[in-house]
Amino acid sequence: MVQIALNGLRVEVDEGMTILEAARFYGIAIPTLCYLEGLSPYGACRLCLVEIGSPGQSKLVTSCTYRVEEGLIVRTDSDWVIKRRKMLIELYLATCPSSKVIQDLASKYHVTSVRFTPWYEDCILCGLCVRMCAEQMQGKAIGFAHRGSNRKVTTPFDKESEVCRLCGGCMYVCPACQSRCQGPQEEQPVCNACLNLQQPCLDYFDDKMCFMDPCVACELDTNRELKVKRRL
Amino acid sequence: MSRQLSDVEDVLQNALNKHGLSVVPLLQEIQEHFRYLPEEVLRMLSRKTGIPLIEIYHAATFYNSLSLTPRARHQIKICAGTTCHIRGGGKLIEEIFQVLGIRPGEITPNGEFMLETVNCLGCCAFAPAMVVDGKYYGNLTPGEVRKILSKLRERAALMEK
Repeated sequence: MVQIALNGLRVEVDEGMTILEAARFYGIAIPTLCYLEGLSPYGACRLCLVEIGSPGQSKLVTSCTYRVEEGLIVRTDSDWVIKRRKMLIELYLATCPSSKVIQDLASKYHVTSVRFTPWYEDCILCGLCVRMCAEQMQGKAIGFAHRGSNRKVTTPFDKESEVCRLCGGCMYVCPACQSRCQGPQEEQPVCNACLNLQQPCLDYFDDKMCFMDPCVACELDTNRELKVKRRL
Repeated sequence: MSRQLSDVEDVLQNALNKHGLSVVPLLQEIQEHFRYLPEEVLRMLSRKTGIPLIEIYHAATFYNSLSLTPRARHQIKICAGTTCHIRGGGKLIEEIFQVLGIRPGEITPNGEFMLETVNCLGCCAFAPAMVVDGKYYGNLTPGEVRKILSKLRERAALMEK
């Protein structure tokens, strides 16, 4: 066991855990696109950035690949981290505005405009499908090919693969394959419909027992409360 | 070019003995022999070694020096780096177009020559530079390029006889 400071909290975590695993273990949400339990961490999406180190000497690292060490100071939601994360979400929105996962993240982090030209690309190259195929399905049917801006996920020689068993695991884990909801602004690169949601639940329900859990409206509301509290 | 199955087997076995299971040296060896990476040879390599085909394909498409499409007999690489550009690399490209009728990225119709530009050959001291089939030529003038090309053509004609 090693002791780390997680958002100011002294906590003990198992040695060899990554920061992301430790934070999730203690109930702190860190957004990810390229991480999935059971697959090797990849560190490509950069959304899981956290700030480590003492003030003045801190730096940003990807929490999914960084292992905890004794006395590590971690801040998962500092202003610096949030700023960078918002920028990343904006970039992802411009790359693949048709993904529900990314649109949800945008609403959650109050990203309301996209300053980049939207590409309407389908793939964000998170590599989840590649690792799913290789590590969980033992298929190794798909992988990356080409380089730089031409990089893409494909089968060998762009032909039907001999080793693919059509299990569908790649589509199951893909964050871009889940198309966004039919919102009122479907042609816009950023949806933000969730931001304008009134909380759908009645006061009568205790929020711990809510049927809608996890509900974006609720999460936004708690975020707002937290912010007000912080300011006070 | 007819390709015998046993011949391919020999090439693969030789490469394996030499490099083990390192993908890139294996591919280089295959490319050296066939002048490109034929799909069926890569499939055979995958079957023989157990290296997933996608890993081989990944490496083959990643590196510019590896090619999945047939290449010409003679590879001409002209340096288009800053120094070579300033010292007249563009004129060499123009001269090659005059002699062979190909632009960078193109192959002559008879499959003899292929012209490429590269970003730096690492020998700015004798710019403008050119590499033909791995041999370096420096301090070139368009006239010298013409001579080198005609020599290559003569040799090719002799080989055919």
